[in-house]
Amino acid sequence: MKHESMPGTVKSRFLASLGMTHLLVSALVFLVLVGGAAPLLNAQVTPQRLLDSAKEPQNWLMYSGDYAGRRFSALDQINTSNAAKLVPQWAYQTMAGGKFETTPLVVDGILYGTGQDNRAFALDARSGRPIWQYQRALPADIRPCCGRANRGLAILGDKVFLGTLDAHVIALDSKTGNVVWDVAPVDYRGGYSITLAPLAIKNLVIIGVSGGEYGIRGFIDAYDAGTGERKWRFYTVPGPGEPGHETWEGDSWKIGGAPAWITGTYDPATSTTFWTTGNPSPSNRGEGRAGDNLYSNSLLALEPETGKLKWYFQFSKHDEHDYDATQVPVMVDQGDRHLILQANRNGFFYLIDRSNGKLVFANPFAKVTWSDSKDASGVPIARKDASPTLEGNRVCPGAAGATNWMSPTYDPQTQLFYVTAREQCDVFSTAPQAYEAGHAYYGSAYFPNDDAEPFTGALRAIDPSTGKMKWEWKHPSPTWSGVLSTAGGLVFTGDAEGNFIALEAASGKALWHFQCGASVYSSPMSFAIDGKQYVAVAAGSALFTFALP
Amino acid sequence: MNFQQSKSWPRGWFLALLLGCAALVACATAAGTLLAQDKNPFAGDAQAAKLGESQFRANCAFCHGLGARGGGRGPDLSRAQKRHGNSDADLFRTINEGVPGTAMPPNGATQQGVGMTEEEIWQVISYIRSVQVKAPAQLAGNAAHGKELFYGSAACSTCHMIQGKGGRLGPDLSTTGSARSTEYLVESVRSPSRRLAQGISEAMKEFSQEYETITVVTADGTKFMGVVLNEDHFTLQMMDTREQLHLFEKDKLRSLEKSRESLMPAYDQKMLSEKDLQDLIAYLLAVGGQ
Repeated sequence: MKHESMPGTVKSRFLASLGMTHLLVSALVFLVLVGGAAPLLNAQVTPQRLLDSAKEPQNWLMYSGDYAGRRFSALDQINTSNAAKLVPQWAYQTMAGGKFETTPLVVDGILYGTGQDNRAFALDARSGRPIWQYQRALPADIRPCCGRANRGLAILGDKVFLGTLDAHVIALDSKTGNVVWDVAPVDYRGGYSITLAPLAIKNLVIIGVSGGEYGIRGFIDAYDAGTGERKWRFYTVPGPGEPGHETWEGDSWKIGGAPAWITGTYDPATSTTFWTTGNPSPSNRGEGRAGDNLYSNSLLALEPETGKLKWYFQFSKHDEHDYDATQVPVMVDQGDRHLILQANRNGFFYLIDRSNGKLVFANPFAKVTWSDSKDASGVPIARKDASPTLEGNRVCPGAAGATNWMSPTYDPQTQLFYVTAREQCDVFSTAPQAYEAGHAYYGSAYFPNDDAEPFTGALRAIDPSTGKMKWEWKHPSPTWSGVLSTAGGLVFTGDAEGNFIALEAASGKALWHFQCGASVYSSPMSFAIDGKQYVAVAAGSALFTFALP
Repeated sequence: MNFQQSKSWPRGWFLALLLGCAALVACATAAGTLLAQDKNPFAGDAQAAKLGESQFRANCAFCHGLGARGGGRGPDLSRAQKRHGNSDADLFRTINEGVPGTAMPPNGATQQGVGMTEEEIWQVISYIRSVQVKAPAQLAGNAAHGKELFYGSAACSTCHMIQGKGGRLGPDLSTTGSARSTEYLVESVRSPSRRLAQGISEAMKEFSQEYETITVVTADGTKFMGVVLNEDHFTLQMMDTREQLHLFEKDKLRSLEKSRESLMPAYDQKMLSEKDLQDLIAYLLAVGGQ
């Protein structure tokens, strides 16, 4: 694909091939004229458009909405004064079971989403009617952890990019859904899968692997968007001779885990892409992998062109509680401070200087018992008696974490960070287990304590300058919904009881809700067509959209 | 397959051969699957049971507890009598396909955990067999007297139903005897608030609703007390102590108070002697085993 950035190329080539060169000129002139008058329906998504995503708030060009990972929509037609009037516009049914985790993309009136079992689809975003549908033929013996889920696509040029449960990366023609290229970074039978939405930077598609429950060796890859050729790989568990290798006992690095479950972010000013990693393997048993186990549960600052590591910050060293750090690393600037904000699965909210990876502070945003002290630089450290035991050891947060892969949001208007918090402690019990390639490898069991208080959840608004909570919206039970903030002074979130809710961003007051009929396991987004703003969320097997009447 | 040779064969002949081969393979596979799902290939294998234990801890203990002794969420699997069938094939099916209408999900469809291979399921079955307690030849208590207590002086049937007879406010106990350990049953009678029973379980929701106690006062001042059937942030579905259903929007109520103190009285020794308790449990076990 040599003409990534030229709209109308396919049509031009078709005409030229017929020898109608005189028509070609007029066709191009026509396209340019139309393009100048209105947004071109089939305009390609250039790397520049991704950089300038703020200039087209009607579109949602990447998983988190922008490279900063803020999940903030600058649209304000739906706002605090009218949100109570929101009504459903259309629903799209995948008719698939399991968790529907997608955040769709919207580009110039077309919505691109993914469904369970590696479905993908393009819809007329105004009506919800499908333009194309794709489903991958998956092998019977895939072993994806925690559901046959996928969280979304990346778009660049005339292609959308999908990571699959059998650990392939594929490019689909954005107009037809046809497979353009299909590469296998690794053999899925080793326990690898891909569930996250890729991140497109320049001409690269950056993606990582899941599989922390199978004793994989994690990595993050970059592929040429046009050809699928792999440009670099960063192993999240360093091999012999590499810095950090000494943080693994014996051969434990070979099955060290550290998967990438969630899409990274990108700072074009310093040309750095930020990615986060999950637990060391086995997730709940530290015996046999003495050391810090780098770069598990870490924030990585990588050069997008080469995959070279600039710096790292490890949130949970030598983790035994499945405290994946795979929450979107949100970029926020406070004056001349350039920061990464992360509410971590381990229950702490971290502020990190993104120029050097140094911690500014870490404050709990949920109940924490695994740590009761900090090191000299303020990094929370684990209690010696927090390890899983044979009889079981009750630790907070539980294995599902104080939060998880569901996206937080940062609202530049309220300057607050909003995150889904889960209040659930677990009993962690050891279960010594031999590694067997491709088989589940936890080394432990965990389960909620029967005697414990009922588990709850909350959407919490945190002031990043202090780490203090401004307000919270209580959920009856822990939820897996992410959060969207909008310029209309709203935050949107879902709950396990099936409600999709609009809250006043400044106060946490509920303004509107809709019962979707099944728990929300996704992060919402917003887009506009012809000046009409929509909010979209996946729940059950349906993607719902809402707008003003 | 020799491609050159097959090309020279008559087309129909080749097709027939191909179909024949395909049919043979299909039959063999079907037979293999049938056999595989009928009988545990690791029956009595202590090593397999050991492997099964770590699988059990990772995939099943979340609800069924360590040692398969059950908890508030999942039945006691050390009981010889299994609610959804006792044979190897039954256990395999239950684990692999789940139990419709209950919180038991199909293999691999849990919110946490990764699911198991066929081999691993058999290992788990080996483990369950290894911890299975033999059913006593004779039950300790007198089930007939237990039934009298249930419907008579102990007044259990005011709130609980067994096989269609009894009250609706508490959980139906028709199958409890096949699902819960004796310890759990004793605890439920003596200290019902310690672990509240589980109510409705929704398909994608992680945690089931519990039998929490609720007291509401409506806008017009009417007071209702009962159990929560279900709720979300905005609404409440409850049954009052007179078995009336009430559906409320929470913000329209004057007050709403939830409690984890069960509506069921704690039956101490004075209310129910140790012998009567044994008889009552014998009745639950007998009826649950039917």
